[in-house]
Amino acid sequence: MSTSTFRFDGTDIAFVPGQSVGAALVAAGRPSWRTTRHEGSPRGLFCGIGVCFDCLVTVDGFPNERACLVLAEAGQQVSTQEGSGHDR
Amino acid sequence: MRVVVVGAGIIGACVARAAVVAGCEVVVLDRDQVGSGTTSRGEGNVLVSDKPPGPELDLALASRRRWQDLGDELGRDALELESKGGLVVATSQAALEPLSRLAAAQREVGVEVEAVTDPTHVEPFLTPEAAGAQWYPQDAQVQPVLAAAAVLADARRRGVQYRPGTEVAAARTGQDGRLRGVVTTSGEVIAADAVVNCAGTWGGVVGRRLGGEVPVLPRKGFVLVTEPLPPSVRHKVYSADYVANVAASTEGLETSCVVEGTRGGTILIGASRERVGFDRSMSPLTVQRLAAQAVALFPFLAGVQLLRVYRGFRPYCPDHLPVIGPDPRVAGLFHACGHEGAGIGLAPATGDLVAAHLTGLDPMLVAGVDPAPFLPERLLRIPEETS
Amino acid sequence: MTAEDRRAHTRAHTRADLLVAGGGPAGLTAAATAASGGLSVVLVDSGHALGGQYWRHPPAGAQMSGTDGFHHDLTAYRSLVDTISGHAETGLVDLRLGHHAWTVRRDEDGIELHVVDRRRPGADRAVVLRGRRLLVASGAYDRQLPFPGWDLPGVYTAGALQALLKGGGVAAGRRVLVAGTGPFLLPVAVGLADAGVRVVGVHEANDPRRWLRHARAVAALPGKAVEGVEYAAALLRHRIPVRVRSTVVAAHGRERVEAVTVARLDRDGRLIEGTQQRIAVDAVGVGWGFTPQLELAVSLGCELIGSEDGNAVVDVDAWQRTSVPGVLAAGETTGIGGALLAGLEGRLAAEGLLREVGCGAPSVRLRPVRRAVARQRAFSRAMREAHPVPAGWPAWLDDETTICRCEEVRHRVVREAVASGASDGRQVKQLTRTGMGWCQGRICGFAVECLARGEVPGVAAPAPASERLVAAPLTLGALARLPSHEVE
Repeated sequence: MSTSTFRFDGTDIAFVPGQSVGAALVAAGRPSWRTTRHEGSPRGLFCGIGVCFDCLVTVDGFPNERACLVLAEAGQQVSTQEGSGHDR
Repeated sequence: MRVVVVGAGIIGACVARAAVVAGCEVVVLDRDQVGSGTTSRGEGNVLVSDKPPGPELDLALASRRRWQDLGDELGRDALELESKGGLVVATSQAALEPLSRLAAAQREVGVEVEAVTDPTHVEPFLTPEAAGAQWYPQDAQVQPVLAAAAVLADARRRGVQYRPGTEVAAARTGQDGRLRGVVTTSGEVIAADAVVNCAGTWGGVVGRRLGGEVPVLPRKGFVLVTEPLPPSVRHKVYSADYVANVAASTEGLETSCVVEGTRGGTILIGASRERVGFDRSMSPLTVQRLAAQAVALFPFLAGVQLLRVYRGFRPYCPDHLPVIGPDPRVAGLFHACGHEGAGIGLAPATGDLVAAHLTGLDPMLVAGVDPAPFLPERLLRIPEETS
Repeated sequence: MTAEDRRAHTRAHTRADLLVAGGGPAGLTAAATAASGGLSVVLVDSGHALGGQYWRHPPAGAQMSGTDGFHHDLTAYRSLVDTISGHAETGLVDLRLGHHAWTVRRDEDGIELHVVDRRRPGADRAVVLRGRRLLVASGAYDRQLPFPGWDLPGVYTAGALQALLKGGGVAAGRRVLVAGTGPFLLPVAVGLADAGVRVVGVHEANDPRRWLRHARAVAALPGKAVEGVEYAAALLRHRIPVRVRSTVVAAHGRERVEAVTVARLDRDGRLIEGTQQRIAVDAVGVGWGFTPQLELAVSLGCELIGSEDGNAVVDVDAWQRTSVPGVLAAGETTGIGGALLAGLEGRLAAEGLLREVGCGAPSVRLRPVRRAVARQRAFSRAMREAHPVPAGWPAWLDDETTICRCEEVRHRVVREAVASGASDGRQVKQLTRTGMGWCQGRICGFAVECLARGEVPGVAAPAPASERLVAAPLTLGALARLPSHEVE
C-alpha cells in the first residue's frame, strides 16, 4: 500500500490513491474543514456520499467541492473554506 | 358587506386587507395555503422600469408608493422589502438609443430614471462590455411569500377570516341571478354579498366555476437560483431586451435574464416566458439560455453553481393587462387576476381598486389610478386566444 | 476533430436503447442484462467506481487493500462489472462514471438525460445523453432526524461510516456508537469492529418484537434469518453492546463530538426521563431508514405511491415501468428493499425491455425471479413496518437545535412558523428557508415535514417527494458553454 500527499492549509496529508479528499482528512484525524456562513460553526463530512454538501472544501482554488467525492491527488492544494467559499 | 376572496396569493392578501380596511367583512379561501401558487414562483419584483407609459405603469407607480406604506406599517423586514433600485443595461451600442428613448418617456409620467455612462460604477462585477445603462431608483423587491403572509396576517388581525385548504366548486346564486356566496368542493356553502376572484393563473377556472369566465392564460417561466454568495449583485440588473420581451405576445420562448441578489445570499436569474399551457416539464434549453445570458452580463457567474430552478405559471390576459373590477355578467362577482409577471408589484394598488369597486367609492380617489383600462368588459369583447 | 470528439458527435446524434441512471445493484444488473441481450446502454453514475452505495468500491487503480471484507455477494458484483466492462470495450455500453445527472427531459423520440462531468474540480462539463428509454436506479441515502449537537463534526450518517470503510478503507473514529433504526445498523457496526474500531453500542430505537407480526415474511426468506444470526454472532464476538428502544438524543463537544447522550424510549418513541446516560465517543453514526432519490422520476412526472416508511416511491408495473412511457424504475426508488431486491428489479426491467423490443428470443424463464421478488418485497415491507421513525422524536429537540444544517435554521424558528399556520414542509420552507441551501432539503426535508404536520408521515400520507428540477448542482459556466444546438 503506497501513499502520497496533498497540501491542506499548509500541511501535508497522506492518502492512499483511490481515497477521497474527505476520507484522507478523516483518516488524518481532521473531522472538519469548513465553517458555516452564518454561525461560523465547524463542519466536515456528514453523509459521505455527496448528498448533504456539509463537507464542502476548496480544492486547487475552486470552492464548494464535495470532499467526499473529489479524489485525492498528489500535490493537490486543499484549503479550509470559510462561509460561502467565495471572497469578495 | 360580506366578501369572499378566492385565493390567498399576494393579490388575495392585498385585496382582503384593503377590503377589511374599507369596512367589509372578509373571508379568504385558498385551495392550498397562503402564497403557494404563482406568488411563490417568482422573484418578488416591484418594478417600474420595465413598463412603457400606459395603464400598467400608472398602476405600478401607485402600487410602488403603497409598498412603501406597507413597509412602514408592517415592517420592512417582515416583507423583506428592499428598495434596491434597478439597472437596465444596454449590452450593445444599438440598444442604447431605444433604451434612452423609453427612459425619457417614462420620466414624463413620473418614473425616476437617470442615464449611467459607466454601469460598472453601479455594479462592479458587471461586464465591462456594457455600452451604457439607465438607473431606476424606484425598483424594489420583496420576498413574495413572506410579504403575502405578512399582509394576510395583518388583515387577520383586523378581523379577516382565513380558510386554507378550501376550494371553490361553484357559485351560490339568488333567484335574481346575483351571487349570494360560493359552494366549496366539500359541499359547504359560504354566504357572501360579493366574491372576488384572486385565483391568479387559475383565475380563468375559478371565473368559470362562478359563472363569469375571464380569459386568463398560463405562461410558463423558469427562475434559476445559485449557491449562496457574499453580496455581489447589488441591484436588479437586466438587459434592455427584457423591455421588449415583456410586451411581446408572440408564441414560443422568450428569455432575457434579470439578475439580482437576495438576502439569503443566492442570486436569482429570471425569467423566461413560454406559452405552452400548463406543461410542467423542465426545459433545459431555457435554463441554458438564461445561464448564458447571465454569464454574459456578469462573467464571474461562470464559476458559480446552479442549485435550483423553479418553474411557475404567470397568469396573463390577451392584452397583457390585469383584469380588475366587477363582472358585467354576474352581479356580485369581481375579478382581480391576470397580472402576468408583475403581480407582486401591482398587488397593493389592485387591492385598493377592488376595495373601491366593492364599496362604491371613487377608485381614482382611493387608488389614484384610472380603473377603466382594467375592467373586465374589454376582454369580453375581443375573441379569446387559444394557447 | 479528435477521436473522442468524433465519438461524442456520433453519440449526440444517436440514441441508446437504454439510459441507466445509477450504477448500484439495480442499475448494474439492468445494464448488464440489457447489453447482454444486445441493447445499447449508457450507464451513468456519480461515483468513481461501479457499485453504488451497497457495493461501494474504491476507483480502478486504487491502492488501499482489505476493503473487500466489508462486502457481501462480491461474486455477483464482480461478474456484473466484468460483463459491463466487456460490453464497454465493444462500445455497446457507454460507461459514464463521475457524471451526475442534473436534469432530464422527455420528448416524442425518447429521453434526454442531462449530466455533468465533475471528475475534475473547476472543470465541470455539461453533456447531453440521449436514449429511447430511461431506467431510474438512483438509489437512496440515509434518512436523518435532527437532535441537539447533530451538526458537530464527528457525527455522521450510518451510511457515511460505511462509505468511508468501503470506499476509502477509513474508520471514522476509535470509539464509535451507532444508532437509529433498521437492520442496516448491524453491518455498519460489524464492519467498524472488523476494522478494529471499538463500537461502544448499537442503539436500535424500535423493539425487535415488532418483527413477530411478520413471521411469515421472515420465514419465507431463510437467508435473511441466517444473515441476522451471523450479525448477531459477530456483535457477540466483538462484545458490542446492543440496546433496543434506545437512541442518541444529544451529541456533545466543542469543535467535534466528544460524547453522546443515549436514552430509553417509551412505546411512542418519547425519551423516558431519568434514563439518559452519557457515553464518551469520538464518532457516532445515525440512520433512520433511507430516503429514495426521486429527482429524475419526479421531474418526469412519474406517479408516486406511499410506502410504509412514510416515503413516497415510484409506482411501477410488473416490468418496472412507471406511469410515464419509456421511463422505468428499479431498486430503492420503488421502495426501500435492499440490494438483492434491487438487483432482481433491475433484471426484470431489462428482461421486460428485451421482450418489448423483440431483441433475440428471451428464453429465460422469469417465474423464479418473480417469486424471489415477491418474497423480498414482503420481507422489505415487514422491515419498513418493524422499523418506523418513532412518533415522539421531536421531544428530543430543544429550541436551539439546528434543523436545517445548510441554512442554519433553528428549531425555534421552525416551531414559530408552524404555530403561525404553516402545516406542511413546503410552507415552512417558504417562511424559514429550511431546505433552501446546498442540499435542497435532502437532509432536513423529512424532519421538517414531521414538525409541520405534527406527526410522522405514513403509507397513506407519505412525505411528498420534493420537486428538484436541478438534481445535482453545476456551474452556470458549464451550462452556458453547452452549445444550444446540443440541447435542441
